[in-house]
Amino acid sequence: MAVVETRDLTKVFKEGQLGAVNHVNLETREGEFLVFLGPSGSGKTTLLRMIAGLETPTSGEILIGGQVVNDLSPRERRIAMVFQSYALYPHLSVYKNIAFPLKAQNVKKELHKEKVEWAASLLGIGALLDRKPRELSGGERQRVALARAIVREPAVFLLDEPLSNLDAKLRASAREELERFHRRVGTTTIYVTHDQVEAMAMGDRVMVLNKGVVRQLGTPTDVYDNPADTFVATFLGSPPMNLAELGDVIVGFRPEHFRPAPTISDAAVPFRFKVENIEYLGSEWIVSGTLVGEKLEGKKVFSRLSSAQNLQLGCMYDFAVPQSYLKFFDRSSEKRVAPRVVSWH
Amino acid sequence: MAKGISRRFWGKLVHVLVLTTFTILLAFPFYWMLITSFKQNLDLYTMENNPFLFNTKPTLDHVKFLFTETRFVRWLGNTAFVGVVVVAITLVLAVPAAYSLARLSGRWGERLGIGIFLTYLVPPTLLFIPLSRVVAYLGLQDSLWALILVYPTFTVPFSIWLLMGFFKSIPKELEDAAMVDGLTRFGAFVKLVIPISVSGILTVVIFTFTLVTQEFVYALTFISSESNQMIGTGIPIFLVRGDVYYWGALMAACLIASLPIAFMYNLFLDRFIAGFTVGAVK
Amino acid sequence: MALASNKIKSIGAAQSPLLGAAMFSPAVLYILLLVGGPFFLAIFYAFSDARIGNAEMHFVGLENFRSILQSPSFRVAIRNSFIFTICSQIVVTVGANILAISLEKTFRGRGLIRFLILLPWVAPIALGAIGWKWILDSIYSVITWALVAVHIYKPFSAPMWLGEPRLAIASVLLVHSWRLMPFSTVILLAGRTAIPKDIPEAAAVDGAGFWRTQLQIVIPMMRPIISVAVLFGLIFTFTDMTVVYILTAGGPFDSTQTLPSLAFALGIQGSDLAAGAAISLFLVPLLVIIAYFMLRVAHRAEVN
Repeated sequence: MAVVETRDLTKVFKEGQLGAVNHVNLETREGEFLVFLGPSGSGKTTLLRMIAGLETPTSGEILIGGQVVNDLSPRERRIAMVFQSYALYPHLSVYKNIAFPLKAQNVKKELHKEKVEWAASLLGIGALLDRKPRELSGGERQRVALARAIVREPAVFLLDEPLSNLDAKLRASAREELERFHRRVGTTTIYVTHDQVEAMAMGDRVMVLNKGVVRQLGTPTDVYDNPADTFVATFLGSPPMNLAELGDVIVGFRPEHFRPAPTISDAAVPFRFKVENIEYLGSEWIVSGTLVGEKLEGKKVFSRLSSAQNLQLGCMYDFAVPQSYLKFFDRSSEKRVAPRVVSWH
Repeated sequence: MAKGISRRFWGKLVHVLVLTTFTILLAFPFYWMLITSFKQNLDLYTMENNPFLFNTKPTLDHVKFLFTETRFVRWLGNTAFVGVVVVAITLVLAVPAAYSLARLSGRWGERLGIGIFLTYLVPPTLLFIPLSRVVAYLGLQDSLWALILVYPTFTVPFSIWLLMGFFKSIPKELEDAAMVDGLTRFGAFVKLVIPISVSGILTVVIFTFTLVTQEFVYALTFISSESNQMIGTGIPIFLVRGDVYYWGALMAACLIASLPIAFMYNLFLDRFIAGFTVGAVK
Repeated sequence: MALASNKIKSIGAAQSPLLGAAMFSPAVLYILLLVGGPFFLAIFYAFSDARIGNAEMHFVGLENFRSILQSPSFRVAIRNSFIFTICSQIVVTVGANILAISLEKTFRGRGLIRFLILLPWVAPIALGAIGWKWILDSIYSVITWALVAVHIYKPFSAPMWLGEPRLAIASVLLVHSWRLMPFSTVILLAGRTAIPKDIPEAAAVDGAGFWRTQLQIVIPMMRPIISVAVLFGLIFTFTDMTVVYILTAGGPFDSTQTLPSLAFALGIQGSDLAAGAAISLFLVPLLVIIAYFMLRVAHRAEVN
C-alpha cells in the first residue's frame, strides 16, 4: 500500500492553451478512497492518467510511496487501473485476462492459478473463468476488470468512471460492491467520476476539480456543507444551492433549507416566494419559483420539501432560511467568506 | 530520470530508422524514375558514372522525346476516354444496384450482395481467354470499346460493395421521413439518398478511374495497334523498339502517368480501405 | 381494423420488390453475361480443341488437362505461382505489421511518408514494374553499381538479376512484395486504429512492455483484419501476370512463368485457347478456398 502525491502537477496539451491540469498538489492518505469529482473537461481523467503514467506531465512531480515516478513507465509504478470501458482483452478468456498482469510481470507460472482463483473468488466470478469477455454482462465485466486489477496486489488502485457504462439499476449495486471490495482489500484507491452521488457515497474524501484546478478537497460532508466556492456549491446537490447576489457578496442556501416560514423556529431570513412549478419525486417534492420584493425580486430559487401538498401553483407563500444555514461567497473571487450581516431589503 | 530519457531516445531512433528504411525501399523506384528522366543518355549509359548523381547536366530531352516522338499523349487520351466512359457505366449500373441491395431486399439482398462481392474476386487472368473470343465475335478487336465493354466486370462489383456499405450507413428514418413527406421510394432515392451520398459516389468515380488506369491484362489481350494503347500497355510495349529501351523516356512516362493516379488514390484512400475490410473493422 | 392492415400493406409495398429488382437487375445481368458467361466459356474451351483463327472446335474431354499436367513448364508455373504467392505474403505481412506500428502515432511529415510508402500500390503496377526492370537492368543496374562500389563484386562479374532463373524468381518475388506491402499496411493500420486506445493502455498498466503488448494483445486482436489483408494479398499475387510479363516475360527459359502468364503465353500468344483456358482454370480451386475464408471472416465480424 502506498500514498500518492502530486506536486504542482500540470499538463498542457497544446502550447499557449490553458492547461488541462494546473498546479495540482495532492496527497492521499494510506488506504483511503479518494474521489476526483468534476464535470467533463475538468481534468480529472488527465490527472488520473498522469498518475498511471499514461500521460506525461508538462511540469510537476508525481510520487508513489515517496518515490518520484515521473520517469517510470506504467508497469514500473505498481499501480492497477480499471478503465471506463474495462478494456478487457476481447480475445482472451476471463482466466487469461486476469492472469495477464502476472504473466507481464513475470510472476512464476506455478503461482498463476492460485492467484487468479484468489482474485476471482474475491469478486465472485469463479464460475466465469472460461468465458470470453463478450459473453459477460456489464456487471460481470466490471468484476473481471477489478479482478485483473487486484491480482498483482498493486500499491494503488486507479478507477476511471468504472460505473458509467452500467445501467442505473446495476449501478447502485455495483457501487455497493466496490465499496465492500475496497473495505476488504484496503488499498489506496483513486476514483474518478462526474457523478456526485457516487462521489458522496463512496469517497473517504472528495476532490472537486473544474477547468484543471482543484476547487476543494475534503470529506463528503465538508464539500457539501461547506463548499469552498460557488462552483462547488452549485456542482454538488440537486437541485443546486440557491445563490443570490447582494452587494459585494453572494449568499447561498441549499434548497432543503428554504422552507415555509412556520416550520422554522430558529432565527431565519424571511422571503416572499411565488410558487411556479411543483415536481413530485416520491420521497420528496421539488418546488421552484421566484422571490418577491425589493432587491431579490424575480430571483429564481428551488426548495426541497418532504411535503408540498398544501402549496398551489401561482400562489405566494412566506418562506425562510435559518440564519445558520446561509453561506457567503465573495462576489469577485467567488470564494467562501465568513458569515456577515447583509441587508436583504 | 536519465533512464526514462534514454529509453525514449532509443525508441525514437528505432522508429525513425524503421520508417526511413521502409520509405526508401518502397519509394526508391519512383525516385529512380525521377533521376533517370532527366539524365543525358551519355550519363545513363556510362557504367563508371555514379548513377545517383548527375554527372552531366540534367536534360529535358527524354520528356521532349516522349511528347513529340511517341504516342504517349494519345495513350493518355485513350486512357482518359476509357476511364470516363467506364466511370459513367459503372455509376449507372452500380448506384441503383447497391441501393436496392442495401435497402429493398431482405435475405435475397444479402445473398446477392455476397455473390457480387465474390465476382470481385474473379480475376481478369481467369476470363481474358474467353473474353478475347467474345470481343472478337463482337468485332471489337483492337478497339477501345472492347475495354469499355469489359472493364465494368471488375469496377461494378467492387463499386456495388463499396456503395452498399455507404448506403447502409444512411439512417432509414431519413427516407421514411421523406416518404411520409410525400416522396415515392424512388423519389426518395433520387432526391435524398443520392445527394447525401455524393462523397461515396465520388469515391467510386475515383476508384473506377484508377482501376481503369491500372489495368493491364485485358488491354494487353484486346488491343494490338500502337495508337489504341492505354498507358499501362503502351509504355512498356511500344516505348521499347525491338530490343532498344529508351530508359529516359520510359521512366519519364512512368512517372508522369503514375503521379496523378497516385495523388487521386491517396485522397480517397480511407474509403477504399473500408471497401476491402469486409466489415472486419468496425 | 381492415383499414389499418391495408395501411401496413401499403407501407410494405414501399419496400417494393419490383422496384428493387429493377434497380439491381441491370448490374446483375451485366455480371452474369460478362463474368458468368465467360467463366463457363472458359470451362467449355478447356474441354475442347479451340484455337484462335479456327472456327471449328471439338470436344476432347480431359485431353488438355492431360497434356498440361505432363508439360514441364506447367509444373514450373504452378510451383512459381505458389512460391510467389506464399513467400511474398510472408514478407508483406511481417513488413506491413512493422510499418503499421511505426505509422500508427501521428508525427510531423506522416502524410508525406504515407504518400511515398503508398506509391507502389497506387501507381499502375505495369509502370512500377518497368521501374524495377531498369533498376535490375543487366548492365546499368544501380544495384550492381552499388555492389561493385562496395567491392562485393568486381566490375562486369556481377550477376544478371533477371537473367538467371534463381535470381529472376527472387526478383519477381521482390517486386510482388514491394507492390503489396503498402496495401497490407494501410489495411492493418485501419485495423489498429479500430482497437480502442484503452486496450494497449490497460496492457501497459498491467505491466506489459512494447513487445508483449504487440504480440499478445494487439496483433491477436487484429487477427480478422490481418486475414483480410492476407486473403486479398493471396488473390492479387496468385492471379497477377503483369509483374512477370513485364520483368521477365516468363523467362529465362520459362523459369519464372506463373499460371496466368503461361495461360497468356499459350492461349493468346500461342493461339491455343483450349490449353490457355485449361491452365487458367487451375486458379479456381485456390480462389474458392480464399473466398470461403473471406466470407467466414466477414460473417464472424458481423456476429461479434
